[in-house]
Amino acid sequence: MKRTLEGIEEQFEMLQILNENGEVVNEEALPDLSDEELKELMHRMVYTRILDQRSIALNRQGRLGFYAPTAGQEASQLGTHFALEKEDFILPGYRDVPQLIWHGLPLYQAFLFSRGHFHGNQFPEGVNALSPQIIIGAQYTQAAGVALGMKRRGKKSVAITYTGDGGTSEGDFYEGMNFAAVYDAPAIFVVQNNHFAISVPREKQTKAKTLAQKAVAVGIPGIQVDGMDVLAVYAATKQARERAINGEGPTLIETLTYRYGPHTMAGDDPTRYRTEEMDTEWERQDPLVRFRKYLEAKGLWSEEEENKVIDQAKEEIKAAIKDADNYPKMKVSDLINNMYEVLPSNLEEQLEVYKEKESK
Amino acid sequence: MAQMTMIQAITDALRTELKNDENVMVFGEDVGKNGGVFRATEGLQAEFGEDRVFDTPLAESAIGGMAVGLAIEGFRPVPEIQFFGFVYEVMDAISGQLARLRYRSGGTQSAPVTIRAPFGGGVHTPELHADSLEGLMAQQPGLKVVIPSNPYDAKGLLISAIRDNDPVIYLEHMKLYRSFREEVPEEEYTVELGKAAVKREGTDVTLIAYGAMVQASLKAAEELEKNNVSAEVIDLRTVSPIDLDTVLASVKKTGRVVVVQEAQRQAGIAAHLISEIQERAILHLEAPVMRVAAPDTVFAFSQAEEVWLPNHNDIVEKANEVINF
Repeated sequence: MKRTLEGIEEQFEMLQILNENGEVVNEEALPDLSDEELKELMHRMVYTRILDQRSIALNRQGRLGFYAPTAGQEASQLGTHFALEKEDFILPGYRDVPQLIWHGLPLYQAFLFSRGHFHGNQFPEGVNALSPQIIIGAQYTQAAGVALGMKRRGKKSVAITYTGDGGTSEGDFYEGMNFAAVYDAPAIFVVQNNHFAISVPREKQTKAKTLAQKAVAVGIPGIQVDGMDVLAVYAATKQARERAINGEGPTLIETLTYRYGPHTMAGDDPTRYRTEEMDTEWERQDPLVRFRKYLEAKGLWSEEEENKVIDQAKEEIKAAIKDADNYPKMKVSDLINNMYEVLPSNLEEQLEVYKEKESK
Repeated sequence: MAQMTMIQAITDALRTELKNDENVMVFGEDVGKNGGVFRATEGLQAEFGEDRVFDTPLAESAIGGMAVGLAIEGFRPVPEIQFFGFVYEVMDAISGQLARLRYRSGGTQSAPVTIRAPFGGGVHTPELHADSLEGLMAQQPGLKVVIPSNPYDAKGLLISAIRDNDPVIYLEHMKLYRSFREEVPEEEYTVELGKAAVKREGTDVTLIAYGAMVQASLKAAEELEKNNVSAEVIDLRTVSPIDLDTVLASVKKTGRVVVVQEAQRQAGIAAHLISEIQERAILHLEAPVMRVAAPDTVFAFSQAEEVWLPNHNDIVEKANEVINF
């Protein structure tokens, strides 16, 4: 018998609910969201776009530090997050700061994270999340552990973790999903496929036609969704969450998306590896434009409302930067104090040295 | 009291803590039904159930990563890495993640994880089973590294490690697993992490060792005794952090020191210890502090293993060199 991949790959046709004109193309999959919820989703996307613009500007003024731009990925980031509950646990990659903010991380702390201050990672009680992971893929194995822990505790919550197209090439990507699958742990694995791992295009990461089909290898459902369509992303995540808390195990979600900006603000130049045509083509599919059209047609959104969000965002960002500015600078002694619960004698000695240095 | 081998003492410690704290979870490759390749977890799955003692898929990185996740959910994971030579597969989870969780979160999270693993030469394993990689672990701030040399300590140190709120790498020398028995209390007790033990008192030279080299050093001390050399033997028990107080008290008493390790010579525990000794006690020294260690090669294939491994004769020789300096 001739064996081919086609049978598998055909199953991973992209889920879309809103096309780029904001028209519903898949009535059946339309999620059950109230008008208020739809408006809230738009509010968050607009707010996050402004946050991204301000963050880039602040970075260029030398006032922010490490920053990974998010514009273009709002539907993937906030659509997945909107399907979560407060008790769900997020294990983000370094571009996933918006999900943390909407999960309750105060904005000034997000700025302190960018500025390399440990207080940025001292999440308030009830913000169920880890700080952004730097090692690509590590969060996938950790998500399996958090999810298994939730299951053992009998909680009705999920662990959700994020990586990108490049992340799917890591061994940890597969290992994490495989562990969660074996234990039927309530995890949601998200791949935001923005088509470039810094500069390396998606086609050079894998021969697989979709990244969602990698779920097949561990025996869990995988779904590819239009990552510029917030309703499709939300619907897929909602379903994955229901499966997870019903004890049916993890799901892999691939969102097809694009980052408009550079990889990070630390000198990456996308013109070296992307064409202008490509940028234009993806901007035509913009998640905000599309969702705005949909809401406007329903009479739920207006320019006035949008401007209100923009003003609010600018106001809050300004205040948060001020709070971050006023926060005491991090010291080496803070670092030493956070290495162990009880300091060993070598660090005790070194603590004295740095306390002295830093008192001057 | 019961007579126990080191492996029995380890099983006993795991059982004690599984009983004491419902958050303790034991997992790894073959630790469930099979009870571990050395039987360290023998009978524990039957006693505590599959939710608490369980097999994992064969993937060290995810064993480590899962331990991080379970710790975040408030559990106290005790994963086993089947042989410590496999640690390279889980280095990120250990050094990149577990060791940094407390620091990264500004003290709001911790990783009370104890990673157990067999290691150590003399049992003719294939490659990458026996390597002494404690130096690699000791170089990572945020970890503690514990190596018992006998059944009594093995139980007390493992209980302390599991109860510790920071990640501990707990290394079990394979040669010691069943080489001798000793009295081990059946009730629970702890041996404090970060505290060395004076195994034998002496006045002429201090032999500092850990793991299987403690037995070799004790044997060397007996040999030296025959020539009227009185050797003090210190068992570090924890190689990170190191108990410098106990070490320096002995150095100041004898003025002559040999540091013994099974690991290769370069950049290891002994090198670190020697530099601390010379910085803190040089005026008490009558001779350079010497090292007994394996050569700077990778761990020997089994046919060359016996010669490659340091033994009590090497220690006697080095002690005499220090004495006659």
